[in-house]
Formats: sequence, C-alpha cells, structure tokens
Amino acid sequence: MSEIPGDLKFQKSHEWVRVEEDGRARVGISDHAQGLLGDLVYVELPKVGEKIEAGAGCAVVESVKAASDVYAPVSGEVVEVNEGLADKPETINEDAFGDGWLFVVKLADPDEVDALLGPDDYAELIENDEH
Amino acid sequence: MTKQTILNATHRAAGAKMVDFGGWDMPLNYGSQIEEHHAVRRDAGMFDVSHMTVVDLHGARCREFLRHLLANDIGKLKKSGKALYSCMLNERGGVIDDLITYFLGESASQGRLAREAGASATAEAKASPDMRRTRRAESAQESADSAKEWFRMVVNAATRDKDLAWIGKQAAAFDVQVTERPELAMIAVQGPNARAKVLALLAAADRVRVEKLGRFAAAEAGGPNGMPLFVARTGYTGEDGFEIIVPEENAAALWNALSAAGVHPAGLGARDTLRLEAGMNLYGQDMDEDITPWEAGLAWTVSLDEGRDFIGRAALEKQKSDGVPRELVGVVMDEKGVLRHGQRVVTSAGDGEILSGIFSPTLGKAIAFARVPAGARDDLRVDIRGRELPLRVVKYPFVRDGQSCEGI
Repeated sequence: MSEIPGDLKFQKSHEWVRVEEDGRARVGISDHAQGLLGDLVYVELPKVGEKIEAGAGCAVVESVKAASDVYAPVSGEVVEVNEGLADKPETINEDAFGDGWLFVVKLADPDEVDALLGPDDYAELIENDEH
Repeated sequence: MTKQTILNATHRAAGAKMVDFGGWDMPLNYGSQIEEHHAVRRDAGMFDVSHMTVVDLHGARCREFLRHLLANDIGKLKKSGKALYSCMLNERGGVIDDLITYFLGESASQGRLAREAGASATAEAKASPDMRRTRRAESAQESADSAKEWFRMVVNAATRDKDLAWIGKQAAAFDVQVTERPELAMIAVQGPNARAKVLALLAAADRVRVEKLGRFAAAEAGGPNGMPLFVARTGYTGEDGFEIIVPEENAAALWNALSAAGVHPAGLGARDTLRLEAGMNLYGQDMDEDITPWEAGLAWTVSLDEGRDFIGRAALEKQKSDGVPRELVGVVMDEKGVLRHGQRVVTSAGDGEILSGIFSPTLGKAIAFARVPAGARDDLRVDIRGRELPLRVVKYPFVRDGQSCEGI
C-alpha cells in the first residue's frame, strides 16, 4: 500500500480530489480502490464540457473482476480528461494518486471539498475496511 | 462453513487474495491476474484445483454404467490411462455437470494411489456382503479384464453434492462402488514449459514414460522424495501441461518443489481468462441443468452411437429433430470495453445474452460466449450501460498455444 498524499481529500467510495490552481480539482480513485479492483482493463470517462454532480456516477472503471462506478466527489464542469488511460488503464494500478488520475473539474462550489475526508480519516476508514 | 484446500496456508503465505468459490476459500490471484495469465501462456503456471472432486468407480459393470451415465461414449477409452471429457445429463437433456473420466486398468493399478482406492472400495463393499455376492454370481461370465478395470472421475467443486447423489443413485442398479477421494489434492501445471518442469521432478525411472503420455492420457509416477503422483496430460488453459493428483500430505511439498523449479502460482482469475481464451465452457455460466449440450456448444461431446441408451438421449434426439432454439457462439468486441456475464445481446432474431465474458489479456480486447437465437450471426450487438456496441461472431478457440487464432 503506497503512502496517502497529504494534499488529497477523499470520498468514502474511494475517489480522491486534489484542489489545484484557478478553482480546478483533479479526481481519481485511491490506491486502496485499485487494489480491491485488481488489474484495470477499461476506463469510461466523462466528456470535456460535461457537468457532473457530487455523489452521482460520472465514470466507470473496469477491472478483470468487475465494472465499478466512479462517483463524483465534487460538482462542476469537466475541463480535462486523462486520455492516456484509454490505451493504458493499468496506469491506475501503477500510480493511482499520480499519473492514474481520471479527470479535472472546474469546481462549482469549492466548499464541497471541505466536507470530504482528510488523508488520516480516509486511512482509518480503509483500515477498518480490511478487518 | 467455507472449505479450505490443504494448500490454503501456502496461498495465504504467498500473499494471495482469497475469494469464496463454490463454498471454497480459494486464491483469486497472488498480485496481478494478468501477469499470472501471461506466465501460463509464455512459461509455466500452477493452480491449486484440490477443491475439485475426485471420484473412483469400481465394479465389474463400471463400463456399462458409464455408457448409461454419460453423454459421451466411454467405449472410446480402449487403453488404460486414457481420459474422456463428457457431460452428465438429466432426463431432460440438461447438463448436471461436465467432467473428465479416466479409464484405469491393470497397468495403472500398480501404484499406491490406486491400491488405496481399491482398498476403500472393498471396505465399502463389505458393508453389504449379500449384494456383493449376488453381483459376483451375475457377472461371473464377464471377462476377467473388465473386473480389473476401474475409472476415476474428476467433477466440479460447486456441483459436488448433487453429482455424488446422482452418480450414487444411478450406480446402484449396476452395483458399482462410488468412492469419493477427499484425501487427494490436485495441482494443474500449465504452459509451454510446464511439462519439462514437472518431468524434471519425477523419479528418473518414470520420466520417459510420462514424457511419452499423449494428450488426454494419464499415468502414475513417483514425484519428489518418492511421493506417489497421478499425472494426466490434461488441462483447462489451452496450453500443454499436466494435472497432477497427489495425496494431501504431499501437496505442499509438491507445490514448493514446482515453485522452486520456476512455476508461477496462478489464481482462479487467470484460470478463468485462460480457459475462455481456449474456448472451454464453465459449468454454471455457460450451461446448467436447463441447457442441453446442443445449446452450449458441446455437441462434439455427445456420442449418439447406435443402441446406447444414455440418460438424456431421448430428450436430445427430440430437441435435435424439433430444432434447437438457441445456440452458443463465440464473439469478439473490437471496440473498447469489457464483455461480462449477463449483458444483453441484441440480434435481428431476438435477444440473447453474454455467458462467460472477459477482457482477454492475450488479445487485448473483450471476448465472450453468447447464447443467441439459432442462426443469428450478423448484426449482433451488446448492450453495455445502455450503449449498443457491435459484436463479431468468430470460430473459437480464441487463443491456442499462446497465439491468437485465425480470424480473431
């Protein structure tokens, strides 16, 4: 299990958010989640320009085992997607918190981020998950 | 309660991710399912398949019994050690299970594994001495050879209980002793280098004989430290290799010896993608008690030889003459995505469904078995989350001996 970066916020359903400049936020799934899913083989991403809503399904990641919905941790407009995942979905297995990001959203309401879990709380959550 | 094979601790020590499979706690993978898949296609991998059920059949009328029980003709097995894949059907022609039967005769019964089987069968027979005596009198005219032959079946784990009940019920009329062998473990070693790695571990005196085994044939041999092995050149991956039956007390030592020889442990996840690429059915997903072999792509395993009255034959013949309504086809999806069990398949002749579906690690795209209305070939589409994506019907296997098959 890799270290959980300190600048991330998490949703209980294992999505992470990293707030960047200009009210943008990068979204991905956690290293714990990729471990549960196993080898990823397909990723279905939202389109640039699409409006997503916190808590609603906005992407699908498929592993050798199962297809899994990705729920938007924040609301806003998708401004960038990780095109490289189309050919190399295994990037998520290799670097879930880095190169395996899914998309970038222009935050509709930056306060939404505050309601998410911090790294320590998320670490505790997955700790309990494992027992 | 979840059952464990004798290798459970070995899997856990190797960091396996464990899952429940048909009531058994089994390794899904030891890290990466895709790497395990490639290890089998390119080198050699091993699977713990000890959850599968080994059943030995003894009795003078064994062959007659199996000609009645199985849809494939056991009469095809003429030489000791040869194996046959078959469906076991109900009266409606539905598949109770698919299984492998080994014909074992005098030559193969020299070893310890067989002797123990014989001993336990005798012990069972002692429970009903009257019946046994009657049977001896009735079959006295049968040849001495047939009295010495016996058979071994390997059936699926998830269907164990109903299989044993069905086989036991049918065997009674033939006075065949049915003996489960739960004390035997089983390890499948598969891949282009699998046979060489196993052969190197065998007793020198047995090596040449086992090396000469043809496909679908088995023999007994001595393994590491003289452990008694039953080695069959069979498998469920589309690669060459062996399936090895070993007494439980020797299973971990054999596993470790194989590991030291460079055989990669592989889990049920890789086993599933390997077998589907190889075009092999999975019971419960591709066929069940309401599906006939005609509807499951298993016509090649049904032997309608003249005068043989096997269970389900009448129903199969009727369905054949009435017209088989559905059939199993192999499909490839050229678009990105994954085919999965239960997805709806749209055809101009009506709807069908995806049976076994996977992302094929060898091909880099999704493949599946689909059951569709008979004759549907063109314009097949699969409904994935509301989007209809085109499917291509192909001849399977999809992959053979590590290579993509023509037209895939």
